[in-house]
Amino acid sequence: MGITFSTSSGPLRALDGVSLAIRPGEFVSLLGPSGCGKSTLLRLVADILAPTDGTISVAGEPPASARRRRAFGFVFQDATLLAWRDAEQNILLPLEIAADARNARQRAQRLLELVGLAAFGGAYPWQLSGGMRQRVAIARALITEPQILLMDEPFGALDEITREYMNLELLRIWDATRTTILFVTHSSPEAVFLSDRVVVMGTDPGRVKLDLHVALPRPRDPAMKETVEFARHTAAIRRALIGETRPA
Amino acid sequence: MSAAHVAVAGRVAPRRRASPIRRLLLPPLGILCVLAYWELHIRVFNVPTYLVPAPSVIAQTFVEEWPTLQRNVGATVIEATGGFFIGNAVAILLAILFVHNKTMERTLFPIAVAVRTVPIIAIAPILVLLLGNGYAPKIVIAALICFFPTLVNMVRGLEAVEGSALELMRVLSATRRQILFKLRLPSSLPFLFAALKISTASSVIGAIVAEWIGADVGLGYLIVISTFEFRTGLLYATTVVASLLALGLFLAIVILEHLIVRWQPDTPRQ
Repeated sequence: MGITFSTSSGPLRALDGVSLAIRPGEFVSLLGPSGCGKSTLLRLVADILAPTDGTISVAGEPPASARRRRAFGFVFQDATLLAWRDAEQNILLPLEIAADARNARQRAQRLLELVGLAAFGGAYPWQLSGGMRQRVAIARALITEPQILLMDEPFGALDEITREYMNLELLRIWDATRTTILFVTHSSPEAVFLSDRVVVMGTDPGRVKLDLHVALPRPRDPAMKETVEFARHTAAIRRALIGETRPA
Repeated sequence: MSAAHVAVAGRVAPRRRASPIRRLLLPPLGILCVLAYWELHIRVFNVPTYLVPAPSVIAQTFVEEWPTLQRNVGATVIEATGGFFIGNAVAILLAILFVHNKTMERTLFPIAVAVRTVPIIAIAPILVLLLGNGYAPKIVIAALICFFPTLVNMVRGLEAVEGSALELMRVLSATRRQILFKLRLPSSLPFLFAALKISTASSVIGAIVAEWIGADVGLGYLIVISTFEFRTGLLYATTVVASLLALGLFLAIVILEHLIVRWQPDTPRQ
């Protein structure tokens, strides 16, 4: 199971000739300046948007049919929790919509434990911190056991300390679930720290500037951020980005 | 030269809040002061009762005329609550229709606005002519007056959903019915209750105005009769009953809101 794209979409050409193949279980980050179409790409994969031309294939089928069999989990920049539901009820929402009641509450409880919120099932969104809300959102995305987890700058609104902690949590969750993750971010250290591959995109129209294989060993450790190897990766990304934003 | 420094010592003073007893006692105390002044003014300046009755006279009328008041308030309650339910129900259903069908919204919304712009006083005689002297025209008028604020608020409430929440529903392959019941309706509830609170007072106004035009029972009828017969005490007592009725409906909605909308609508944390 994997994702392959090759698009050159429509009159606006938000994306042009983006061609990517993602292997099952791979952690791929999309990085680039605002307006490079990385969020658009994520929405094309999830069939939230439809491409004007080009093809996207998810495990050999079009995004729409993958979406209908609920192959995707999506995590947004803001947690997008429903204010009138407590954490557990928010996590259960995808199952309610899929009319899937099998062990629903046990599954929700397991996920609450996985994201470290076992004691907060009854808490309402307004009672949770930003990081906790985002963890509930991740648990909600995971409850349908999606093949692909799509994350659109999920930690972009968090402070740096919380963000680093959430990165470690995400790697732990990824390790436990082994789902494919397509992760959009603005931060190159975050991308390098998390990913197997970092795809740097450019603007006007959105296209792939660099497809970097991250050669750091797993499990990742925050201390790696201080190594020369780590710096080499972020420098390569930086060069690709700077080349992009330099005035023509 | 010594290094510049800032020394901080002390603690933040807690914000003073009025004690609950004071908050509970102050509003009735204010009302009591007004009533006392009213009573005093009328006694001191010998204002005739047929012009303005003193609070004591109104209270006395209240007791003496209680059977009359009771008989008439019953009719107004039926008209106001009937209009309240029908007007709001139609508004809610129409709002749901509008949100799902833009063509319907563009076709019907101007009609709703047109209905709104016709003064209720002007429609009342027309409806009495059409529907007779019974409850029907009063209920329709009360419904008309409730209808528009709820329609506007409800459409806004149903559309006040985050874009990402709709995207989430899309990823989950939710049906339109699921989006309506699990997302749009719950998030519209604070808007709906704001409109319903306005509606409580308007429905009573609608019923009373309708009774002025043609009725043989009801608070509006009582107001007309007591004015013509210079029974000013009864007029004031009826007014008090009317405003208590509106207040009662308002409180019922407030209690209902507290029972249903138990979440914090906007997140105080960033």
